[in-house]
Amino acid sequence: MIDLEFIINTVSLGSLYALLSLGLVFVYGILKLVNFAYGEYIMVAGYAMHVIGQNRGIPWYVTMAVAVLFAAVVSYGTELVAFRPVRTKSLTAMLVTSFAVSVFLQNVVLITISPRARAVPLPAFFSQTLTLGTATIPVRNLVIIGTTIVLLIGLTFVMKRTVLGIAMRAAADKFTTTRLMGVPANLVISATFIISGLLAGVVAIFWVGRSASVDPLIGAAPLLIAFIATVMGGMHSQIGAVIGGFVYGLLFNILSIMLPATMISYRDAFMFVIVILFLLFRPEGIWRGGYTEERVG
Amino acid sequence: MRLPEKISALLKRRSTLVLLLVPLIAVGFALQAFGTPLILNIYTYFCVNLMIVLALQMFMGNSGILAWTHVAWVGIGAYASGILSMAPMVKSLGVPNMYPQLVELQLPVLPAILLGGVVAAIVAGAIGWPLMRLSNAVGVITLFATLIVVHVVMTQWDNVTNGPRTFFGLQEFTRLPQALVGAILVILLAHWYRESSLGLRLRASRDDRFAAMAIGVSVVQVRYVAFVLSALIAGISGGVWAHFITSFSPKAFYITETFLLLTMLVIGGQGSISGAFTGTAIVTVAREILRQVESGMNNSGMFSFEVYGLTELVMAVLMVIVLIWRPNGIIGGQEITWPLLKRKNRPDDGAGTDVVEPA
Repeated sequence: MIDLEFIINTVSLGSLYALLSLGLVFVYGILKLVNFAYGEYIMVAGYAMHVIGQNRGIPWYVTMAVAVLFAAVVSYGTELVAFRPVRTKSLTAMLVTSFAVSVFLQNVVLITISPRARAVPLPAFFSQTLTLGTATIPVRNLVIIGTTIVLLIGLTFVMKRTVLGIAMRAAADKFTTTRLMGVPANLVISATFIISGLLAGVVAIFWVGRSASVDPLIGAAPLLIAFIATVMGGMHSQIGAVIGGFVYGLLFNILSIMLPATMISYRDAFMFVIVILFLLFRPEGIWRGGYTEERVG
Repeated sequence: MRLPEKISALLKRRSTLVLLLVPLIAVGFALQAFGTPLILNIYTYFCVNLMIVLALQMFMGNSGILAWTHVAWVGIGAYASGILSMAPMVKSLGVPNMYPQLVELQLPVLPAILLGGVVAAIVAGAIGWPLMRLSNAVGVITLFATLIVVHVVMTQWDNVTNGPRTFFGLQEFTRLPQALVGAILVILLAHWYRESSLGLRLRASRDDRFAAMAIGVSVVQVRYVAFVLSALIAGISGGVWAHFITSFSPKAFYITETFLLLTMLVIGGQGSISGAFTGTAIVTVAREILRQVESGMNNSGMFSFEVYGLTELVMAVLMVIVLIWRPNGIIGGQEITWPLLKRKNRPDDGAGTDVVEPA
């Protein structure tokens, strides 16, 4: 059961989920906002690929780059229009806003494009496989692992070495103090939304790449996964989110193998029961990070 | 004090209730006498939604916790009351796989609806205590996860719910009079709860958790009571709803419906009964208008494609605008009282909670 194929598939699934939860945690770290619109950034990137891909002359890497940038732009746009004005209001107001933004984006696509799934053109290597000894591995999975490594190294560099990155980390710790040191709040928050959108865009390429189609509700599943993974890993640090992503990928693959066929439809419920148990017994997640007490009683 | 004075003093003290109940009942009677079937239907639906939204207000408005699970209690109430009230013949037709013990059950509709509420309350009571210990983001995600668990169970447990397929064959019990009585009772209950010592303690914990704990409020306990009570009313409202719609599937108790209920609550103002009432009224009217516009656009052939989703789109924009413009809703956290414009500079009671650092 534990062979090379299983390991590579699990690592690639984990990588994808790690990127996914990282994007969610970036915004959470600073605004303490659980962004329900996050899945919709993935959806809009998928639709960008669909729209650009209708023109056969454009090479695939341009399509993908534009899709990723488009997700970042949409993410920044929602911050500007919806989240900035309610930022100082109550937490519930912000959560409800993010929910409304999510519904808004879904319905914009419903009206302007179609309620039905649309095809997304992909480069040929997305559907090819590679044979290593006895294991057959989709090339896509290796690309995911490679992309994740590059992105994680890049993000680590940004967060540790650049002024913006240090400001973002400081803001996640103590926002008010950071502002007193002369860091503009709007800049930091916009930057986190843009990074979050970029990550969503990258995830979208691979997420859409599995079915080669996109529909208005495609954002729901990745959003749930990001929730579970961040909660398990720890909502208060980026490292926690990455760990959570990998643990989720592993758990998912193990449950898929271990659960009897009759119970497989309950897999989502099992995953969420695990989250709930996790929160009750270890609300800070696997990686403690800058955890602050958040329960009463 | 003479009797008229007593009555006028009582009316003044309870002016919120008078301001809400008198129009509700008056419009109800007027429509019953003169309304077309379509309008009657809309008003009945409004009354049922009012019950559900007020049950949501009891917990969410007073505790400040975003109650994702609410629609799950509505669903549990709907299924439980349906299973209890349907005739065995209909059940074995509609849900072929149902457990034989359940098929044999049959109660009159009203007790079935009430028991449906009890079932929802029991489920909420069984899982609620640990959930109420969580606040902020962790609490939100856990409640969201709970909704998904309930939804997965509803769509998969086809021995009880007929799985993802439609559950049909309920008696049409809810008409305008029943819905109106239900709405009136829930308004009275929600108002009583909000003003009671329990509700007051819960609101204190919403506005400042630590200050409330310092004066001896057991935050978890007051939240738990509200959670279970809200689930009870939500379950009963779900039963009333189910016997109005008469056929439904688990899709009706998921994220789209949650969004609808949240718009109703948040647009008017989650902190007050008046706010929930106003929001429900506004959203009901707006939805009907938008639906007309949508079908008008589709029938006129103005566009080459079907316009679909306009209602949700406008609702989402409306909600964000209200949240930016008046984060506590149009009415806000204070109840409306008679006379309507007495104090100009009433202090903001801050219906929101857990305010993040002003960024």
